[in-house]
Amino acid sequence: MSDLSIGEIRHEFTKNVLGLIGVGIIVMLVIISMIAVITIPVSTFQEWNNPEKWITYPKTSVPIWVNYFTAEKIPEHEILLPHISYTNSDNIQLTSEQFLVNFEFDDFPSDFVYEFEVKYSNSYLISLNVLRPDGLMLNLLTTTLPFSENETVYKQRIFSTDEMIKKNISMKSEYFAFDISEKTITDVIFSDVSQNNILKGDYVFVVDTYGIKKLNENVNSRIILGGKAFGLMGTDELRRDLAVGLLWGTPLALFIGVSVAIGSVVVGLIYGVYSGYKGKKTDETMMRFNDVIYALPALPFLIILAVTISNSIFLMIGFLMIFSWVGVAKVSRSMSLQIKTRQYVEAAKIMGQKDSKIIFRHIIPQLLPYAFASIAISVPAAITTEAGLSFLGLGDPAFPTWGQILHDANTYGAAAQGFWWWIVPPGLLIAVTGLAFVFIGNALDSIVNPKLKR
Amino acid sequence: MFGVLMITLLLTIALVGSNMDTILKQGIVFQVRSEITDNPSISKSFTNPEDFEKFIQQKIDERINTLGLDTPWYSPQRIGYTMLKIMMLDFGNATFLTSDAGSSNVGDILLEKIPKTVLLFTTATIIISIIGILLGAASSNKIGSKTDRITSVFAVISSSFPVWWIGMLMIFVFAFMYQIFPARATPDIEPSDPTYIFSLLYHMTLPVITIVLIGFGSWAYLVRNFMVGVMQEDFITAKKTMGISKKKIIYKHALKNAAPPIVTILALSLSGSLGGAIITEAVFDWPGMGRLYFEAISVMDLPVIIGSTYILTVIFLISIFVADLLYGYFDPRVRTSV
Repeated sequence: MSDLSIGEIRHEFTKNVLGLIGVGIIVMLVIISMIAVITIPVSTFQEWNNPEKWITYPKTSVPIWVNYFTAEKIPEHEILLPHISYTNSDNIQLTSEQFLVNFEFDDFPSDFVYEFEVKYSNSYLISLNVLRPDGLMLNLLTTTLPFSENETVYKQRIFSTDEMIKKNISMKSEYFAFDISEKTITDVIFSDVSQNNILKGDYVFVVDTYGIKKLNENVNSRIILGGKAFGLMGTDELRRDLAVGLLWGTPLALFIGVSVAIGSVVVGLIYGVYSGYKGKKTDETMMRFNDVIYALPALPFLIILAVTISNSIFLMIGFLMIFSWVGVAKVSRSMSLQIKTRQYVEAAKIMGQKDSKIIFRHIIPQLLPYAFASIAISVPAAITTEAGLSFLGLGDPAFPTWGQILHDANTYGAAAQGFWWWIVPPGLLIAVTGLAFVFIGNALDSIVNPKLKR
Repeated sequence: MFGVLMITLLLTIALVGSNMDTILKQGIVFQVRSEITDNPSISKSFTNPEDFEKFIQQKIDERINTLGLDTPWYSPQRIGYTMLKIMMLDFGNATFLTSDAGSSNVGDILLEKIPKTVLLFTTATIIISIIGILLGAASSNKIGSKTDRITSVFAVISSSFPVWWIGMLMIFVFAFMYQIFPARATPDIEPSDPTYIFSLLYHMTLPVITIVLIGFGSWAYLVRNFMVGVMQEDFITAKKTMGISKKKIIYKHALKNAAPPIVTILALSLSGSLGGAIITEAVFDWPGMGRLYFEAISVMDLPVIIGSTYILTVIFLISIFVADLLYGYFDPRVRTSV
């Protein structure tokens, strides 16, 4: 406890390198949060636990930048958009869509999906072919859409695992020098004819559609070539884009950490100061209550509370506060015991000022530097505890945090299967966020308590 | 202290009590209905389905009354009875979980799990404190030296990493990249096998390494701070002037004087780590109290939850008590002043 003005503290703080690093990290995290809030719509984030939303994404794919470091290029997840041409002859309209992909990777793509939405009437015929770099044209599928009198909009996804495609490919076995019956479709399509190696080059997926009358219109179509590398952060077992979860986790973690820290320090400060100031029996009772809370095993209780009452994130913040104000209360009590013997406090008392006024006007301002230091120091504990609870699967499903990402990673055995991109970033973010607040807290602490400097 | 124990128990019961009642009542309804369907002669004796339904309801109510479930869980005599039973260490039977031997008695389950948790965390804590004390003493020897600064930085960094995350990384490195240790810490052979103990120790290596890695930094830092305080005292200066070697002073005289706070923290951190065991054991799948607790929570096995919370609190309070006693032993000033 020292009588430093805000200006002095600021001046001292600018000299502390670690403290400044901490501030720098937090500024970066705030910027990341803002980017997340602005660029990724809330709706995307709320669909985190909805598998339907992520169906077009690849499964457990590495981040795309891994390809810069490896000699063998991992196929990227690609969404191909068509180049459309129309030909009309008599009554029949031929729409030809061409999806070009330059495949230069060293592994087969995992699958592909042809997704289309078409407006048509009467009959409609679709023929899906692929033209390989060696000139071989493979017919994958020919199918008709249900006959319709009126104009209808039809939406469908054709997967590479389709039985018809499998059948059509198996009929082409004479072109290949190896046994194709056991291979997946993409392993055959993207393979050299002589042996089962990647054939690099330009592939063209050609989708010819034949419709009667001129009404037919291909509203929307695309081919998703399922790769094994996707996005900045890769995807997880449930095909979710980890970048979305990680980015949105930042504001959440900051919110949880800061609100728990502020809440518990304010409660602890007022409780401790009041107890110390009142003294005697009030002090005794309040401190016994404090001891009881201190002796409760926090984590088991947090778990029971989360299970029996609710795991909503706001209630969780409240629960975390219950267990974290105790230490602050003890320290601020002993500090207020010292301050209340000072002459100006006694003078105020003799002047007949109210207790509440003495506490809030004369004692608490003296403790503010200490309070700020303890807020900064208690943020990491709040973040790690919340992450721990989420890790046990007790997180709020409406708000995916870093801990929940790690929970999913642990459930799907990511560590034992080597999905490092699923484990390292969330944990690192938790640690870095905590570290930043610890740096700031220590810097403030060494200013407020010069004794500790040594 | 006893009061704290009672409050913990009361809170636990209060939190899970209503759920427990619902589950018990549903259990009775199920039991009665299955008994009646097992015995077709009962249903044959009724011609009217309404009467039959009434008969079943009556049977259910009867049984609820005999078990005392008609009074709500917060009625004084039921809470009193439950608490008394738990204090006598009679936790009743688990709803779903069983011990490895197949017993569903909560006491048996706990008895089986506690030694494993104690084994893991005591081993880790002992290693942590040995490394911590030696490193702390060494860095207090030369304040501002490389060792000292590295220790301090390491203490700050390691304390902000979650243990379980480091655990996942360790599994990734040592179980996936270099297949040295198994990913799951549960031994895969039967407990009756004579080599079981070796298998257990082998499976324990990875968790122990992880806990030690995260723990020893802050320990060394604490010890260093205490030692710095002791080294400034007069009797150390006197010993220095007597010409006793610095090494001897640090490891024999100063360390002994820094012992009381160190021992207190040792006892507290040991019991504190038991609470943290819930997450650590979940990561490594270590078959101890923590994982039991986690499993009990996920299937809502309430007797197990109450029992393990109680045991955890007891262990925590005992260690606070032991810490107090040890403090008096190492620092006689505390003893005489009481």
